[in-house]
Amino acid sequence: MSGRRLPDADERVIARRAEIAAALAGLVAPDAVIAHERQMRPYETDGLTAYRQLPLVVVLPSTTAEVAAVLKYCHHNEIRVVPRGAGTSLSGGALPLGDAVLIGMGKFTRILEIDLENRCAVVEPGVTNLAITKAVEAQGFYYAPDPSSQIACTIGGNVAENAGGVHCLKYGLTTHNVLGAELVLPTGEIVELGGKHLDAGGLDLLSVVIGSEGLLGIVTRVTVRLLKKPDTARALLVGFATSEDAGECVARIIGQGIIPAGIEMMDRDAIAAAEAFVQVGYPLDVEALLIIELDGPEAECTHLMEQVVAIARACRAANLRVSQSEEERLGFWAGRKAAFPAVGRLSPDYLCMDGTIPRKRLPEVLARMRELSARYGLRLANVFHAGDGNLHPLILFDANAPGELDAAEALGSDILRLCVEVGGVLTGEHGVGIEKRDLMPVMFSDGDLLQQQRLKCAFDGKGLLNPGKVFPTLHRCAEAGRMQVSGGALSFPDLPRF
Amino acid sequence: MTAPLTPRDEADLAEAVGGAFARSETLEVVGQGSRRALGRATRSDALLDVSALSGITLYEPEELVLSARAGTPLSDIAAQLDAHGQMLAFEPADLGPLLGGPAGSGSLGGTVAVNLCGPRRLSAGAARDHMLGLRAVSGRGELFKAGGRVVKNVTGYDLPRLFTGAFGTLGVLTELTLKVMPKPPAEETLLVCGLGPGEPADAASRALTSAMGSSCEVSGAAFLPAAIAARLPDLEGVGDAVAFRMEGVAPSIAARRERLAGLMAAYGTLETLPEAPSRALWAALRDVQPFHDGKAAPRVVWRISTAPAGGPALAELLATTLDGEAFCDWAGGLIWLALPPGASRAVEVRRATARHGGHATLIRADAAERARVPVFQPLEGALAALTRRVKASFDPKGVLNRGRMHEGM
Ligand SMILES: Cc1cc2nc3c(=O)[nH]c(=O)nc-3n(C[C@H](O)[C@H](O)[C@H](O)COP(=O)(O)OP(=O)(O)OC[C@H]3O[C@@H](n4cnc5c(N)ncnc54)[C@H](O)[C@@H]3O)c2cc1C
Repeated sequence: MSGRRLPDADERVIARRAEIAAALAGLVAPDAVIAHERQMRPYETDGLTAYRQLPLVVVLPSTTAEVAAVLKYCHHNEIRVVPRGAGTSLSGGALPLGDAVLIGMGKFTRILEIDLENRCAVVEPGVTNLAITKAVEAQGFYYAPDPSSQIACTIGGNVAENAGGVHCLKYGLTTHNVLGAELVLPTGEIVELGGKHLDAGGLDLLSVVIGSEGLLGIVTRVTVRLLKKPDTARALLVGFATSEDAGECVARIIGQGIIPAGIEMMDRDAIAAAEAFVQVGYPLDVEALLIIELDGPEAECTHLMEQVVAIARACRAANLRVSQSEEERLGFWAGRKAAFPAVGRLSPDYLCMDGTIPRKRLPEVLARMRELSARYGLRLANVFHAGDGNLHPLILFDANAPGELDAAEALGSDILRLCVEVGGVLTGEHGVGIEKRDLMPVMFSDGDLLQQQRLKCAFDGKGLLNPGKVFPTLHRCAEAGRMQVSGGALSFPDLPRF
Repeated sequence: MTAPLTPRDEADLAEAVGGAFARSETLEVVGQGSRRALGRATRSDALLDVSALSGITLYEPEELVLSARAGTPLSDIAAQLDAHGQMLAFEPADLGPLLGGPAGSGSLGGTVAVNLCGPRRLSAGAARDHMLGLRAVSGRGELFKAGGRVVKNVTGYDLPRLFTGAFGTLGVLTELTLKVMPKPPAEETLLVCGLGPGEPADAASRALTSAMGSSCEVSGAAFLPAAIAARLPDLEGVGDAVAFRMEGVAPSIAARRERLAGLMAAYGTLETLPEAPSRALWAALRDVQPFHDGKAAPRVVWRISTAPAGGPALAELLATTLDGEAFCDWAGGLIWLALPPGASRAVEVRRATARHGGHATLIRADAAERARVPVFQPLEGALAALTRRVKASFDPKGVLNRGRMHEGM
């Protein structure tokens, strides 16, 4: 375990493990409580595998009433809680705490209703992202957000992280595709937010629950929007001798008013890794490769593809292929979708960064990342949601080599600082979690963070839900209520950070 | 009421709100004042006029992003965007005339504060879906920021969206950053006239569901009962109708029109409206023109958000049982209902809506009525308490627009 500290575990709570497990077993099915070390092992980490921690106890409720009962018990007894979906978070959002009950939502796997007349589905949070599309694809519908982890990750986790995917340029993030949710508050109270209708009736609380990283409540039901599958999708694979040319191509496409379904970019190292892994015919002699996908009626794809090809040529495309069949299109994507595991083969370990930048700053950011990579002596491969500026630099390292994890984390932090410096943000879709928690002050002042924390207090007055994530400093709610910011300065400036 | 506060900049504004907080006074926040008649009628100790905080601060067309101070007139923003072939894709409605004021007024902050949108809500979303970042002053007079200027951002809670539609009850917006989109190069409308077979509302629901369940990508879908249609531009004599808008490049529209016409032939006779009348029609629906009653004796107007498939039936039911008129936008998901002047019939409207799922907001009624009945869907139980705590987390003394959404909040 490296850099990021977690809040100190409360030994008095740990000492009560057996008693707590027994009490929980009275609230859910008895076999739904796990307190043995060996059986808790599978829960000790998430997608940020450098960090491991056994929970106090694992509980696997299967109904909203059980979730409410468990939360009420924990609230009454002041026991911390960490919610968990499939555990694919790349920011350590689902990392357990030694004195916290881990609530696994893995039993919430039912699709409760498919309502094609209203183009929505009501599902339990443990349903995987892909399972929603699978359930409606025979009728020609799908659920739009498509994170690369979609076979495994759950819709509850997607809501908590506001997950994106390669098609968000045109179809939006989770927040644009969720209509409603049932949420259990840390007190065990249940609230219904949204529904099958489009607009919130009062404050749009759903919008802050989405992306709340398990800090505001536990989502027990989700109503998602379904879209009709477009008639056609066609992709263009185009290589460039410089990332500047590729960047210019993206800017000109969007500048001409064309919004493709997705635009992905890979740099030389990522291309080489992907090609070695899946052999889909990516050109190896280019600095940057774009996959540009258009979808819609056949006539539209044909019409716009001509324009996009012309733009790519004008931007000095070194090499260009338009998919002629569905098989070929999927081939173009196969390399991109396998980019993480492909890079994983080059190196014992990697960290996946997730900053977003204004698109036009890309060449400059790539150049400065190369300098940073040289300075730290660690290799980088870049995949990039080029249409929306979301950058995924993969930092290659060996956790067994002394100091490399620390160096990799330091390089990652420098990259994210760079993203903020050029006008971007720390995380585009993976969340803050523990990974970027200590970088929050790079983007936000203490006063900005205080507003966020007061909102957290409105949901979770005792600060029991997922502590140690997202916020670099934990204020007690009473304290956050008393503090005052004026002229950019906080009246209690010297509170401890982790 | 004392003289309005007219801060010149953010720092001034923070000081003004901080002063009100210290003195435990209440403020009503106004931009251009074009939407003051929306929400519960309230009384405050002073007006806080933010119209001096004006001007576009960043516009990068190729990055699809625009930032502007909250008091910037929406018309200035539209003009800037237009010059680059871009737009606010959520199609903010101009409710001025509906509320008895002039057309063409309104600020960006006001638009966002009430989460305005138009027919394109269906495909492009509301103001909330285009919000990227904000700067605001809390009810304690603290200036803060949230979000950013890029479309993909999950750094911290999504306050920009929470503040959208909060009617200025959480903070005073000072600067906003939004996603902008290219204007579609062309549009046209397909009308299905003389709806049948069977009851018009029923046929409308089936027609709307069929179109929305196809890949025709409509960006406007309305149900217009005959009496409403007769008052819309170019729609005289169409009878009960549904209208579908298609936008995009010409070859795409042609392909989609052909497909949609095939699906719709069973529900009525078909007509197409080319570009200009199509634009006029959707602008009229966006601005709720059928209910622009002038100054005389304006009717009560409700806006109901419901599950779309049941929308036409609910519209029809409300209109007949309450002696009013209604039409649907958003493929049935939005009902505009006009009732005779006077009592708003809130209990009946909400009881009927509850059976279909969704909620009703009172949009136009005299101030006495807007003080008497809940303008927004009443909150209950844990949700009411949570809403109260969220309001208090930003504005613990209830300085800003107190009571504008919910009594005492
Ligand atoms: C190979 C790989 C590729 C990935 N690609 C993408 C991508 O393309 N786009 C993208 O956005 N992400 C991606 N991710 C990240 C990850 O898959 C997403 O963040 C996903 O949404 C997490 O879902 P999960 O079910 O695994 O949640 P978990 O990892 O279990 O939990 C994530 C967070 O959600 C909270 N949580 C989970 N369930 C609930 C609930 N029911 N109620 C309240 N809080 C809850 C947890 O406390 C935690 O904070 C990728 C991850 C991997 C490993």
